[in-house]
Amino acid sequence: MPEITREEVRHLADLARIDLSDAELDHLAPQLAVILDSIRSISDVAADDIPPTSHPLPLTNVFREDVARPGLTAEEALSGAPQVEDHRFAVPRILGEE
Amino acid sequence: MTAAPALMSFEEALERFDPALGLEVHVELNTASKMFCGCATEFGAPPNTQVCPTCLGLPGAMPVVNGTAVESAIRIGLALNCSIAPWCRFARKNYFYPDMPKNFQTSQYDEPIAFDGWTEVEVDGEVFRIDIERAHMEEDTGKSLHVGTSGRIHGADYSLVDYNRAGIPLIEIVTRPIRGTGDKAPLVAKAYVAHLRELLLGLGVSDVRMEQGSLRCDVNLSLAPSGAGTLGTRTETKNVNSLRSVERAVRYEIGRQAARLVDGERVVQETRHWHEDTGITTAGREKSDAEDYRYFPEPDLVPVAPDEAWVERLRAELPEPLREHRARLQKEWGFSDLEMRDTVGAGALHLVEETIAAGASPAAARKWWLSDLARRANERGVDLADLGVSPTDVARVQQLVDEGKVNDKLARQVFDGVVAGEGTPDEVVASRGLAVVSDEGALSEAVDRAIEGNPDVAAKIRDGKVAAVGALIGAVMKEMRGQADAGRVRELILEKLT
Repeated sequence: MPEITREEVRHLADLARIDLSDAELDHLAPQLAVILDSIRSISDVAADDIPPTSHPLPLTNVFREDVARPGLTAEEALSGAPQVEDHRFAVPRILGEE
Repeated sequence: MTAAPALMSFEEALERFDPALGLEVHVELNTASKMFCGCATEFGAPPNTQVCPTCLGLPGAMPVVNGTAVESAIRIGLALNCSIAPWCRFARKNYFYPDMPKNFQTSQYDEPIAFDGWTEVEVDGEVFRIDIERAHMEEDTGKSLHVGTSGRIHGADYSLVDYNRAGIPLIEIVTRPIRGTGDKAPLVAKAYVAHLRELLLGLGVSDVRMEQGSLRCDVNLSLAPSGAGTLGTRTETKNVNSLRSVERAVRYEIGRQAARLVDGERVVQETRHWHEDTGITTAGREKSDAEDYRYFPEPDLVPVAPDEAWVERLRAELPEPLREHRARLQKEWGFSDLEMRDTVGAGALHLVEETIAAGASPAAARKWWLSDLARRANERGVDLADLGVSPTDVARVQQLVDEGKVNDKLARQVFDGVVAGEGTPDEVVASRGLAVVSDEGALSEAVDRAIEGNPDVAAKIRDGKVAAVGALIGAVMKEMRGQADAGRVRELILEKLT
């Protein structure tokens, strides 16, 4: 069984901006270990002649013509924003950065 | 505020250390629509008017790749002598930041579309080979405006975000470490960015306007003890957005890192911010590990697989290589090696080229850009291209000179007006009343007055000392407040006195 430590789970939670309590970390770390182990079983059946698959469709080069099309109006774009100022999305001060 | 860090003089730093440079250049492509959606890409549109569910990251929106952007990426790769990946994917780079509404940036990770290239730049006649590690496709982020007392992120109360720029196609071009440049490091860095700008202009894939952010540069720099042949810990300086700043930022980091290393401190691997106004860098965040971005293949986009026929067609359509292009222009223009080198070094090649295309002679185009306009750009601390004078303006001013409507002195005043934003050369001539006096009667009277006022000078000229004519020309020009054709004044004086 692969090890995944509490600290690793805490770090991942931080990266994903999920606030986890100590109790939740204790609960989730072993669960994640089980999930990782289950996924790992794919390696047991995937031989060298089976390439890793990231897309189930056998398609490449699906392109769009470079033509500009109308999107949303500023009013529509901003309609779901909790706070708006000067036709822009107002967001909280960025903490712990730069 | 922390105290300004100690700096070692550039000369001493270079005696003790070998610098290694690395440059990451982000180029915004000039496609009509965004990378993954059909939103327009006009610069300067009202905020949040070029957005849609895809570039706003709304649930359920699906991206589709812009074929022209892929083609531009391949052309850039080919022009940089890169190999083109026969098959590659997009990847999600996951991070949370308000300017990235999807909470991931669609980029490329371990499968860049172009890789293992090289190019060459010349500094003071010496050629430096720059190895290109990769050029990959990604999308731009939105633009944040920090609201607060300082205007910077520090101390901002909140931020306002405009997503018009989010999703505009970007190509990130990354060099391998550039070593062996010694004290030329700042100039090599600048020359490389100028070279890329010229190359991209030639390809026609980007507006490459640094002041509008369509070409942005991050400068990596590290120092190793002189002759050690190792690579030291590097810093990555962001926000270096003019040719002049690229040179200054490299110079500054060399002095700063050298002072730390000599004091027995370590160089922290971190992102640093360049401050154009003060010419220093300050510490930003410590660099995240790549694994913290949790890259994974973008499931909503299928792989890009340029077939050989497509790549070869694009290769065949490339413009002539820069080196040949320059050699051809030099011959056409009749520039000496030194004149050509100065033109390229000043980042003025395309400006001179466009000025000539607009009708000026090569000598006149070079004269204006490399003397009067270069001095103005230098005084203002901006790149020539950002001075606010266009090649068409320069060609028009020269035309006014050639037609005798303004003289060189007035031409400089015309540029004063153009730089100050007073309009086109013709508008400035009209509004400032700068045309030379072509009224022969008025000119003749002014000459007569100058002769009367300076009888001894006039006598000398009558005696054949033509060199003295300068004093009388000066007197006439003074009376006409510079608005006379000095050549015509000279003729009139000599007609009257000899």
